[in-house]
Amino acid sequence: MNGTVSIFLFGKKYQVPCDLTIMSAMEYAGYQLVKGCGCRSGVCGACTTLYRIEGDSALKCCLACQTKVQNNMYIAAFPAFPFEKQVYDWQTVTPSEATIKQLFPSVDTCIGCGACDKICPLGLPVKQYIACAKAGDFAKCAEMSFACVMCGACASRCPVNVPQPQIAMLARRLFGLQMHLKNDQPSVKLDDFTYELNCLLSMSTDELRALYEAREIE
Amino acid sequence: MYPKIFKKSIAAVAAAREKNISFLPPRLDDTERADLLHTYHPDEILTSFLPLQVGASKGERVPTELAALLQAHSRVDTKAVALDRIDHDTDVLIIGGGGAGAAAAIEAHHAGAKVLMVTKLRLGDSNTIMAEGGMQAASQPDDSPATHFLDSFGGGHFAADRELLAKLVTDAPKAIDWLCSLGVAFDRATSGELLTTHGGGTSRKRMHAAKDSTGAEIMRALRDEVLNLSIPVLDYTAAVELLLDENGRAAGAVLMDMDSRALSVVRAKAVIIATGGAGRLHYQNFPTSNHYGATADGLVLAYRAGAKLTDADAWQYHPTGAAFPQHICGALVTEKARALGAKLVNANGEVFVHPLETRDVTTAAIIRECRGRQNGVALPDGCGVWLDTPMIESIHGAGTIEAHLPAMLRTFQKCGIDIRREPILVSPTLHYQNGGIAIRPDGAVVGVDRLFAAGEVAGGIHGKNRLMGNALLDIIVFGRAAGKSAATCRDIPAPTLSLAHVAAFEQALNEAQVDTALVSPKLLPNYTKLPNI
Repeated sequence: MNGTVSIFLFGKKYQVPCDLTIMSAMEYAGYQLVKGCGCRSGVCGACTTLYRIEGDSALKCCLACQTKVQNNMYIAAFPAFPFEKQVYDWQTVTPSEATIKQLFPSVDTCIGCGACDKICPLGLPVKQYIACAKAGDFAKCAEMSFACVMCGACASRCPVNVPQPQIAMLARRLFGLQMHLKNDQPSVKLDDFTYELNCLLSMSTDELRALYEAREIE
Repeated sequence: MYPKIFKKSIAAVAAAREKNISFLPPRLDDTERADLLHTYHPDEILTSFLPLQVGASKGERVPTELAALLQAHSRVDTKAVALDRIDHDTDVLIIGGGGAGAAAAIEAHHAGAKVLMVTKLRLGDSNTIMAEGGMQAASQPDDSPATHFLDSFGGGHFAADRELLAKLVTDAPKAIDWLCSLGVAFDRATSGELLTTHGGGTSRKRMHAAKDSTGAEIMRALRDEVLNLSIPVLDYTAAVELLLDENGRAAGAVLMDMDSRALSVVRAKAVIIATGGAGRLHYQNFPTSNHYGATADGLVLAYRAGAKLTDADAWQYHPTGAAFPQHICGALVTEKARALGAKLVNANGEVFVHPLETRDVTTAAIIRECRGRQNGVALPDGCGVWLDTPMIESIHGAGTIEAHLPAMLRTFQKCGIDIRREPILVSPTLHYQNGGIAIRPDGAVVGVDRLFAAGEVAGGIHGKNRLMGNALLDIIVFGRAAGKSAATCRDIPAPTLSLAHVAAFEQALNEAQVDTALVSPKLLPNYTKLPNI
């Protein structure tokens, strides 16, 4: 665990302790992060980072808060991808494959090259979930893209400019809507409960304490 | 990969595993529980708190780190800001881009108000997106808002504001319905019905989850909808001071660009503070499970404007924050691991606390094991205990961890630790601000008209301790309420703008002889060795 490694932040060389993450190495080097730092737990995508190890031509992508530095690592942060937001009226949108194709016509141009899969910092099956969205299988697309942090690394490598995270976002919402419309009863009628709650509100704390201690646990 | 120094302790844990699986230490009685909390819970370390010397909550104790920020100087030179040059004119200004802010923005927009959101990071960067467990709501036939009320009131040690809590539980089923209609995909049974489970302290199964990433599922949908509605959002733009009108009512804010540090002026007919919590203040040097921007900014802004704080001495320390390896220190280890049977054991392989104790009691028990009894595992920056995860597969069979804790398995695998075969080191992590700005059920801030607060920044809803699943609920219920209430101000005439309250607060600091060089709000933590931003 001891020792240091050389890393290159935006081209400049730094010597940092080898057990740091890329994010903590940047802070060690003196960056008080304003961009490129969010949850620090691997779920928000703010610290998406491209890197390459010297001697290896492959460009890789990772979350800086979850990835340790390596010797001769060339690092460039990637905090925001220039997506074009497709605006839809949620009140009138229909959960059908036509909705996807109308809003994202480029989905039909996917050539299946798999560059998206190779770069995804979470290792998601991007190509497959796009195929599912295109086929109108929102349940599968939602399942496969569930962990997506919407960093746009996939979109940056796509030769035909498919905005995969945005398509998956819409597919997940359409899936949620489908399930809701199919299964949920109209909102519970609460009037019956108001009386019960009002009774509790009029009790003393000691009375409530006694009720609390005597609760039946399901 | 564990270093050699842990080998002996890991062996002791493994040797005692079979015995420990069936062993249950006695549950503490009321006196023992009170004693344990009093001696070891961080909220009881009186030297780590200070009474406030100025402001609406003068005399009340808050953590010393928070007291310093609440009683620091403004970042704004009140004489130098040109308040007659309005950069942004809006009906409703929302400060904060997490779940509460986004819910408020959507509702205020639908109520016909012109809305502006500002966030010092990006829209969605928040504690909301990190929430794992779920969202409580009495959506099942055998449950009711009254039962939800009783569970939460008792869980909060009978200290919650009853009206606020009644609002929370009454609006909960509607909140679930609203989110579902926005396309949030909560877990469902194969029949298609919403799936509900227990959480700590619930007497009915009312936890609605989206796998172990409930907050992310909610935040992504809300963010998408804010963008769909074309609500303007200023990213990387912090509010550094509220503006009030000549009658002390909220009328806008002074903003600071996080890059250029340039100031700008927003005039608004109502302001909603939705800035979240304060974990990044690292009270008593605790690590935190919170996101990078959780620095109590909203408390500072509201307090200078005359708001009262409530229960600002009550903080939730989650008992199981990761303690090793260093780079994931403080990150949450979900309560689900213990629900599946993993027990907490000390360095000698001994079980030291009943698995069903509440979060505050379990936290105190871990601290007692480390600091009081010297039975913890020594770490470079503290001490931890083992969470014996291999127990899960001994009890439920191989494959259980991969099926139920896939994210946790992945996180530790990346660190060279197989939680199916080796235990993990945990210690308490600063998790949640139980209290905050005092509000009314419609989200209005007590003492400052036309100012609203929603989400973790607001207090009173949870009393002294929040139950799992009530935070995601809180941000939706009170975010929506604040959005609707604030929108009712849209027809008032454009207000005048003043920073007189900031000057008055400075004077009060002077008179109370508060000697400080600090400026606030803090905006961001500083993990470099250089001066703060």
